[in-house]
Amino acid sequence: MNWSVALPEIVLACCGMGILLVGVVQRRNSFHACCMLTVGAFLLAAVLVIAGPRGRGYNGLFIADTFSVFVDVLVLVAAAFAIVSSLDYAEHENLRRFEFPVLMLYSTVGMMVMASASNLMSLYLGLELQALPMFVLAAFARDELRSAEAGLKFFVLGSLASGLLLYGVSLVYGFAASMDFAALARALTDPAHASAGLIVGIVFVLAGLAFEIAAVPFHMWTPDVYEGAPTPITAFISTAPKVAGIALLVRVMATPFGHLLAEWQQIIVLISILSMVLGSLAAIGQRNIKRLMAYSTIGHIGYTLIGLAAGSAAGIRGMLIYLLTYVFMNAGTFACILAMRRRGRRLEQIADLSGLARTDPLLALAFAIFMFSLAGIPPFAGFWGKYFIFTAAVQSGMWTLAIIGVLTSVVGAYYYIRIIKVIYFDAAEEAFDRCPASLAVVAAAGALFTTFFVVFPAPFVAAAEAAARVLIL
Amino acid sequence: MNAVGFPLLSLLTWLPLVGCIIIMVVRGDEATVAANARWTALWTSLVVFALSLVLWARFDTAEAGFQFVEDVAWLPQWGIAYKLGVDGISVLLVLLSTALTPICILASWDAITVRVREFMVAFLVLETMLVGLFVALDFVVFYIFFEGVLIPMYLIIGVWGGPRRVYSAIKFFLFTLTGSVLLLLALLAMWSRAGTTDIPTLLHTPWPASMQLWLFLAFLASFAVKLPMWPVHTWLPDAHVEAPTAGSVVLAGVLLKMGAYGFLRFSVPMLPLASARLAPLMFTLSVIAVVYTSYVALAQTDLKKLVAYSSVAHMGLVTIGIFTFNVQGISGALFQMLSHGIVSAALFLCVGVVYDRMHTRDIARYGGLADRMPMYAFVFMLFTLASMGLPGTSGFVGEFLVLLGAFKVNFWLAMLGSLGMILGCAYMLYLYRRMIFGALTRPELRNILDLTPREVAVFAPLVVLTLWMGVHPTSFSAFWDASVGAMVQSHQAALASAVKLAAGVP
Repeated sequence: MNWSVALPEIVLACCGMGILLVGVVQRRNSFHACCMLTVGAFLLAAVLVIAGPRGRGYNGLFIADTFSVFVDVLVLVAAAFAIVSSLDYAEHENLRRFEFPVLMLYSTVGMMVMASASNLMSLYLGLELQALPMFVLAAFARDELRSAEAGLKFFVLGSLASGLLLYGVSLVYGFAASMDFAALARALTDPAHASAGLIVGIVFVLAGLAFEIAAVPFHMWTPDVYEGAPTPITAFISTAPKVAGIALLVRVMATPFGHLLAEWQQIIVLISILSMVLGSLAAIGQRNIKRLMAYSTIGHIGYTLIGLAAGSAAGIRGMLIYLLTYVFMNAGTFACILAMRRRGRRLEQIADLSGLARTDPLLALAFAIFMFSLAGIPPFAGFWGKYFIFTAAVQSGMWTLAIIGVLTSVVGAYYYIRIIKVIYFDAAEEAFDRCPASLAVVAAAGALFTTFFVVFPAPFVAAAEAAARVLIL
Repeated sequence: MNAVGFPLLSLLTWLPLVGCIIIMVVRGDEATVAANARWTALWTSLVVFALSLVLWARFDTAEAGFQFVEDVAWLPQWGIAYKLGVDGISVLLVLLSTALTPICILASWDAITVRVREFMVAFLVLETMLVGLFVALDFVVFYIFFEGVLIPMYLIIGVWGGPRRVYSAIKFFLFTLTGSVLLLLALLAMWSRAGTTDIPTLLHTPWPASMQLWLFLAFLASFAVKLPMWPVHTWLPDAHVEAPTAGSVVLAGVLLKMGAYGFLRFSVPMLPLASARLAPLMFTLSVIAVVYTSYVALAQTDLKKLVAYSSVAHMGLVTIGIFTFNVQGISGALFQMLSHGIVSAALFLCVGVVYDRMHTRDIARYGGLADRMPMYAFVFMLFTLASMGLPGTSGFVGEFLVLLGAFKVNFWLAMLGSLGMILGCAYMLYLYRRMIFGALTRPELRNILDLTPREVAVFAPLVVLTLWMGVHPTSFSAFWDASVGAMVQSHQAALASAVKLAAGVP
């Protein structure tokens, strides 16, 4: 048995146990050390992912290929950003518990399993391993009503979605007699053989995964959870699981059900359009920046799904580039949001940013870069994500989708530039507290990547291209 | 690699950003930073201008194709390259951008007092974007600069603008972005067919007639907003009124040329069939713009709004010229672009001069300025006459050539175009009378001062250019004669081959 294909996941899980031990033994001040160890473990895992062997293992349950490598590395980067972002927050909000990074670590292991799943069973296991620690993390600020509510809402709706998914998996198994992706792909080569029950099963699987990535109409939990969860967790939820969720969706749709493109394409088109429209319109009225980012995420998921709807290698490549740029923009934005603090009290209203350009020009500049980038204005990275996504849509002749996409991006641009308006045009208020080094590092990394992606896009595009190729049969 | 042996166009494009970095790293108290920012910005833009004169000197006017070409691999597998070059159509627009930037910086020397450092950074970034846009020879590179212009301009209007700056800035941003995103789709459609975004290649790719129509409409959505054409011009008066003087100058002087440049670079040469087919539409919109906005200008009480509406009217003549598809019309359009770039920039500077002193743009608050400000009255008169198209000034040559081209196409087109010129005389002379002549009755104007030496330095080059272009137009039109000739020829060839093709099909 080729067990070494899962080496990074195994090592990371073992590291998690080790960090847990460190936390338990060293009762005092263990939070900081555990966070640093976790980031180290992520680094180690990333090295193992890149250098590790490729291939199938565990009787076809698990696969390591260029696609999973791309997604794993991206997930690890996003998770590391989230952990670094949480250092200062935990200090202020009295959340310095060593379980915090450990839970994030196990959730990340789940995401890596998701990226490598090649069987409906391992898909489900990865998804649940990813989701369970996330429920706990959303409710981590136990004394806060909003946080507890967010955790509960997340858990109840998440369980419902996972039930739908499981039901879909059982239907697919019942009608296609296999759970293995490769076997399913062989069995479903001819779309004419797809029975109605199988299609229903696929729709259920899709619905469960759409919940995971917060696509409309399964997005209801997003604004409340984003607002209620501790902000570093919101940053985590908005990046890493989205990457893993989309990756999983892409692999399931492209590999076992790839020949049934005509059956599920319309659903993805619809979800994509609804997400783009809702994401851009609903965000306009928001006052709370975390809620705004929730709707922004929904919109960006809509854009990403255009790539899947295009149903081509170019589309998947576009999705991967989009996710790459999205992770850096979003992690950076949340670092900026976390830096919104006056005399130790955290702020979440957009109006609190008023006149930031005068009191803290560098933070304002970073914020502006992320907002322009999220709006898709060149030369920032966000433009390139949109560029490659729309390229795929145009190549596949999906003009309606492309036109709706660009028009909603104009609507979306309105609320992003409104934030820049508050920062640059409005009268200055009292300055924020000094931005802690940990947040400055994340914001700077995000801003530099977002700004200079335009100079060296070729290696990233090439990596995404290589990753996308392996999925198309 | 190119005529001068070093990457001149890249240098022109990116040098302003070096100035930005220098400005940003300056430390000290606010006055030091502001002074440093002003001087650094001025010197940077002057160096860029001096370098751009190399273009003027070394440009081969006999060559119709692209010169000073630079080509660096960027995303080679996807047909995208960092490719720059100029031809007769773009070379003078580059010079216009590099010439107006130092003038704008000088004009905002005292007018901008808050956040000077940020202002100068925004302005230099804007210069990078504008130069890059005109020298880009790759559609993606062009698009990046085309949309990138929004960022500094949004900030310039929004931070340093007038009382309704927020509304104007957001309107400006969203109007232009809506047009741009459709341009992006057209770009992608072209790429998916040709496999490259190299502009010279795209210029020689034949596009099927049905596709041309859609591409043309997408281009139109973008360039018409930028130009701006009626009825999507409404952002312009707002943006002009609220923008600081330097912002208005660069907006009228260079940004409006982006749309016309887009028509000349993309719509007409790449899509000859659709251009010919939709030319009546373009003429209609242009004539409405010329006549309607001239009447609107006549009714204005706000100085800047009047000049803004006159810009829309003058740019309407440019589109008339472009879509006549003959040498006179297109040459005239190019001349009108340059002339308008200088004259309207100068008019906005004239507005800025009195606005800085009186802080009002209400025409009724002025009158009889000739007594106190003789030099100002002279400068203002020169540019008023140039804007009207008086022979001997730059405005005449452009308008004359455009109307000549229009006559070849349709009598009524030329007729209505000339009506715009007459109305232009009306509103400009009416404005001049109200501002400069008459008795100086208002007490607050008694102590108004004439032009300062700095303002004279701002106006002097513009005066020289206006007269030079009027008296010896050949020294400018020589640059584009070859390119325009080639363009008209290939346009007619494309139409002829389409006719032949249609006749050949049973």
